[in-house]
Amino acid sequence: MSAAAAIDTGSPADGRGALSSPLLKTELLSVRFGGLAALSEVNFQVARDEVRAVIGPNGAGKSTFFNCLTGVLRPTGGRIMFDGEEITGLRSNLISQKGIARSYQITNILPNASVLENVRIAAQSRRHAWNMFSHHDTFADINEKTEAALQAVGLLGKAHELAANLSHGEQRNLEIGIALATEPKLLCLDEPTAGMSAAETGETKELIRRIAKKLTILIVEHDMEVVMELCHRITVLHYGQILAEGTPQEIQDNPRVQEVYLKT
Amino acid sequence: MSTANGDAAAESATPLVRVDDVHTYYGKSHILHGVSLTVGRGEVVGLLGRNGVGKSTTLKTIMGLVQPSRGTVAFGGNAITGLPPHKLARMGIGYVPEDRRIFRLLTVMENLRTGLDRAGVGEDKRKALLDKVFAYFPVLAERRSQAGGTLSGGEQQMLAIARAMMLEPRIILLDEPTEGLMPRMVSQIGQIIEALHDEGIAILLVEQNVPLTLQASKRVYIMEKGLVRHHCAASEIDVNDAVIKQYLGV
Repeated sequence: MSAAAAIDTGSPADGRGALSSPLLKTELLSVRFGGLAALSEVNFQVARDEVRAVIGPNGAGKSTFFNCLTGVLRPTGGRIMFDGEEITGLRSNLISQKGIARSYQITNILPNASVLENVRIAAQSRRHAWNMFSHHDTFADINEKTEAALQAVGLLGKAHELAANLSHGEQRNLEIGIALATEPKLLCLDEPTAGMSAAETGETKELIRRIAKKLTILIVEHDMEVVMELCHRITVLHYGQILAEGTPQEIQDNPRVQEVYLKT
Repeated sequence: MSTANGDAAAESATPLVRVDDVHTYYGKSHILHGVSLTVGRGEVVGLLGRNGVGKSTTLKTIMGLVQPSRGTVAFGGNAITGLPPHKLARMGIGYVPEDRRIFRLLTVMENLRTGLDRAGVGEDKRKALLDKVFAYFPVLAERRSQAGGTLSGGEQQMLAIARAMMLEPRIILLDEPTEGLMPRMVSQIGQIIEALHDEGIAILLVEQNVPLTLQASKRVYIMEKGLVRHHCAASEIDVNDAVIKQYLGV
């Protein structure tokens, strides 16, 4: 429950993450919907191997932020740098190719395909061109990736079930599996435990802890236990701006953050 | 309307709304995991919790907008589980959804008349009801011919509450009335809740604004992950209480 229980990949804040360039960086990122500034001039950085939470009350701009990073929404100002390259305004399929994957707040799977097919389609999306002479190897490679992703989210045993027949919690985890199969450098999880029971939340928390060992993760979540236990650092958004940033302990001790959450 | 005193006593002892062990799903997603709560006659009850814990779903389940797979909802001692929203509205349950759902292209007056044009409401009664809400919300009287969509957020919220009042409800289910409103409007919503309470209307108030909820309510329920995790008199806790921090803070 405490910050000390954060995953054991070392703290990127003072570890190797600080030595190399940030994996993701936004500069003055802004989105306006008509007269409403959903995001204003957000300067944000995530180090490699970091697990970062983005939290904030309703309407703080969290989903808008995710939508910009993943190309669902074009920012109206500012820049997004990923892995040393500018990706501002790129379409979502290109951003996915560059290595940013996401899961959605609302479950987004192919219900009438098997669990395996759901994940394999994502694994296949990484092939840039079809080559009739190399297809055999390609398939082996794709199957391997698919299996690894299913293993990571604990769904290998259900590979041949129809996705529609999975429980809600399993479907949410399948979505993470689909994202993993694209072999991302950065995984964005939008409320991965939304609508889950306490037991399912615990399982998904362990799942994220496992995959976080070799992946940079950005997570929007309302379950504070999940946030505090899994994340190295937390960014608090409020009215489209960064209100605070720090370790779980620093955020918990920040009176401004408590004020915003309780509306005092 | 009881004739014998004994019945009257029994009636006043029965809560106005009783939600008992309700389980509600959206598709496969199990949202409410056995929610139980009561609202007394004329009582203001707060329902607190973080985003996504099932507060709005609890209101929708009471209002018949979603059907629980298990559990019961009773109104005035009678089972209402599974009844459609329009019947519940006529029985005296008012609902003000989080997104307000005013008719943007209809005028303020037309919005109000959607709740007014119903059988058994004579001209005098209509006038009395309109006079009452216009006394509560003078700004709506000023803007009676203006399209609902041109009102400010706070005015739209007032219109949504006023429209619910047209049905002379015994309870209003109020879903995050202060969301997105500026501070001045927030305190005005607090006054409106107080005024409704003075009229004898019960309120089940879903809110993120903790001070407002503690001030307006007699009792509060705090939800987490589809369950009521804490229940107490609003006077027992304040915003600095450990239970508030645990379930609502960071």
